[in-house]
Amino acid sequence: MISFTLNGKKQQVDADPAMPLLWALRDLLGLTGTKFGCGIAQCGACTVHLDGQAVRSCALPVSAISGKAITTIEGLNSDLGEALKAAWKAHNVPQCGYCQAGQLMNASAMLANNPNPSDAQIDANMQGNICRCGTYPRIKAALHDVIAQQPAEG
Amino acid sequence: MTTKIENVSRRNFLKNSAIGAGSLVLATGLPGFNLAMAAFPSPIEGAGVLNLFVAIEADNRVRIVCHRSEMGQGIRTGIPQVLADELDVDWSMVDVVQGFANPGYGSQNTDGSRSIRRFFTTMRQMGASARMMLEQAAAEKWGVPVDQVRGKQGYVHHVSSDRKLSYGELASAAAKLTPPQTDSLVLKPASEFTLIGKGLAPVDIDDMLDGSAVYGQDVQLEGMLYASIERCPVVGQKVKSHDKAGAMKVNGVRDVMVMPEQPDAPAFHPLNGVAVLADNTWSALQGRKALKVEWSDSLHQQHDSANYMSTLVERVGQPGKVIRTRGDVKGAFDGADAVVKATYQVPYLVHAQMEPPAATAVVSEKHCEIWACTQTPQSTQQNVAQALGLQPEQVKVNVTLLGGGFGRKSKPDFSVEAALLARHTGKPVKVVWSREDDIQHGYYHAASAQRFEAAVNKDGSVVGWLQRTAFPSISWTFTGTVDEPQDGELSLGFGDVPFAVNAMQCESQKAEGHVRIGWMRSVSNIQHAFAQGAFVDEMAAATGKTPHAMWHALLGEDRIVDPTAEGFGYGNYGDPADVYPIDIARMKRVLDEVVKQSGADKSTGDNEGWGISVHRSFVSYVAVACKVRVEQGKVSVLELHSAIDCGTVVNPDRVRSQQEGSMLFGLSIALMGEISLEGGKVKQSNYHDYPVTRYHQSPMIKTYIIASDAPPGGVGEPGTPPVAASVVNAIYHASGRRIRTLPVNKTLSV
Repeated sequence: MISFTLNGKKQQVDADPAMPLLWALRDLLGLTGTKFGCGIAQCGACTVHLDGQAVRSCALPVSAISGKAITTIEGLNSDLGEALKAAWKAHNVPQCGYCQAGQLMNASAMLANNPNPSDAQIDANMQGNICRCGTYPRIKAALHDVIAQQPAEG
Repeated sequence: MTTKIENVSRRNFLKNSAIGAGSLVLATGLPGFNLAMAAFPSPIEGAGVLNLFVAIEADNRVRIVCHRSEMGQGIRTGIPQVLADELDVDWSMVDVVQGFANPGYGSQNTDGSRSIRRFFTTMRQMGASARMMLEQAAAEKWGVPVDQVRGKQGYVHHVSSDRKLSYGELASAAAKLTPPQTDSLVLKPASEFTLIGKGLAPVDIDDMLDGSAVYGQDVQLEGMLYASIERCPVVGQKVKSHDKAGAMKVNGVRDVMVMPEQPDAPAFHPLNGVAVLADNTWSALQGRKALKVEWSDSLHQQHDSANYMSTLVERVGQPGKVIRTRGDVKGAFDGADAVVKATYQVPYLVHAQMEPPAATAVVSEKHCEIWACTQTPQSTQQNVAQALGLQPEQVKVNVTLLGGGFGRKSKPDFSVEAALLARHTGKPVKVVWSREDDIQHGYYHAASAQRFEAAVNKDGSVVGWLQRTAFPSISWTFTGTVDEPQDGELSLGFGDVPFAVNAMQCESQKAEGHVRIGWMRSVSNIQHAFAQGAFVDEMAAATGKTPHAMWHALLGEDRIVDPTAEGFGYGNYGDPADVYPIDIARMKRVLDEVVKQSGADKSTGDNEGWGISVHRSFVSYVAVACKVRVEQGKVSVLELHSAIDCGTVVNPDRVRSQQEGSMLFGLSIALMGEISLEGGKVKQSNYHDYPVTRYHQSPMIKTYIIASDAPPGGVGEPGTPPVAASVVNAIYHASGRRIRTLPVNKTLSV
């Protein structure tokens, strides 16, 4: 039995310690907002936060989350998370929508760590999240809207 | 043919309702045909059902059925948007419900960029019919002539008093009325549209952003088993023997089943293989790793894609089967001052949509229910019924959202797998494809070679044109024997070449099938538009023209082109030539627009270049301008511009998003896409070795929509074909280097 915090609440899961967090979330806990895309940390669809950092849940064994805090798309309701979702809506970002949970989780961790990233930093951060529909131009526009709303650095 | 919209409930519509090519024919005929009718389920029921597509509740909520599959193109917004406009309701009153598989809707095969163009008129008729029934009900209630009432924004108003009744108050009375004859329906003039032409937000956007949207992979049923299938590495292999002992020892594994052996022609059958069923996906995947399977030999295990490509290149250098000819081709080439020749290659490609296929099934003796991310619910219904020995009406197909489709999910093989496993276990089963399964067991876009030759005179005029193509046919997938491109595929950007050259010939060459070949976004237009668009740029260089001028010279005078007049069995995307002709003026208009807007005719910085191309597909016209920089062996794509003329636009925001997406899809093909095989097995397995465009590679994108009141054309696919040519042309103008073999990353880093 592994104990951790899931979207702000205490959670236990009875899983093979080697099982990736992705499958524990989806199959055992019924949280299907975190998506399966590749299984080898190549596409970012399964991105969640582990103690506030973006991680690929398909490559993270549940044994590694004992005592830690996990946030999934279902729990992304910080001010920053809401600002990102509002910007995604303003630009009608999603097409099929499948990758967007991962895009939002990745973007929110990036901006929580650095509210004013450079374009090169955004490129480096966001290139791990594939969108096969090609919503990148709108993600870019939405991100820049949110960044513009952030307090400027010192 | 006159048609009549019947007020059909789930119990009484015609089983084999005729489906016209241009428009839907709903439950044609008389109610007396009830005996021949079968019951297919409908997601709208109750007192306020006005027709198969719309029901209005007493609380004024308007439920509109979307019978087509949502895979990112926005159809769950577009279809209801059209109906709601004619019904005349406020968009905030509308709830969209997803249609089950049901032949009464007409075709639900969501492919070919045809949802809007095939159903635009039908949806308008459905909305207008329902509105007129509400008006009739109000007139009867008030005892006034029907021409004195008018339905508008959810209310029927009496024009000469201030009386009004909400649609919700009228719906149950209206639902009892006989629907008006189709030819008596009064449709709005375009000037009165309130929703058509508006960039409404996708109806599922909130669910997509909070994780609550349900895709095929997300379906969970009580007591469900999760299945992962080890499939034959080479098409045609059968399970010779297997050892399940290791798999059964894995914690959570419940069962192992050998999939029923399938016929040699792959069609939509599951591939031969062995399934592991477990309590969760992880256990199923682990169990599968512990399986031991020995495979029989297959005819295709010598297939090597590099050798195969050499063969195709050799064949397109030889005379082929003439599919279209004009003028004295031999004379033109013999008498010309010079001949320009080039050969182009495009490898096998795979869809790699973000959501790997998944389907869930529950099977009892006389019923099956499927939940699947399918583009083709009716084909799913038929194929599942056939595999289980049931009738189609005994199979209910629920369509989830699709995490991308691009043609992969037009094939119902994964739903058949789920149905067979559910019957075997007696439990609900979800079949989960892994990314490796998706990349290695796809329905691939055909590998191809194209040969282009042009006879040119010293004055720069083009007097002869020859083009030859070779690629394995999709028909091979269904026959196992067809060994040459078919007219349907040659109709996609090859035999419909629109150029005004006096002597011109199109030929095809033989190509045997060795892997499952399928439709992928824009299908054979991919290779044909690449080769044609790249060759036009080569012609420009050879004749000293600008690419823009070369296109104009080849396109010639404004006119309608009819390939059938020159012997070709042209398909025109299944649409009539009089409604959707090949119109040179429209091709030139998008070309001129993209050049003007992008500045592709202007000079660039050092090591930069523009490339252009234009192509008609799915009866729409798209021109692309691409700007690249090539430095130290690396190409960076800086800008992609497109102009699209797709006739009447329902939702301009979704047209733009489809242009953005289809161009980035084309960019993946141009820069990086390649599936290769050795020993009949696919070498690539995941996104690390089948790369697709990523965030940092995505350039600035601009879309220009040509205003038009022509009938609606396709939108989901036409943006893809011109991209690859525009990219290699831009690379040439930036660096002087001609790339004729895709992907570009064989030559330059990307």
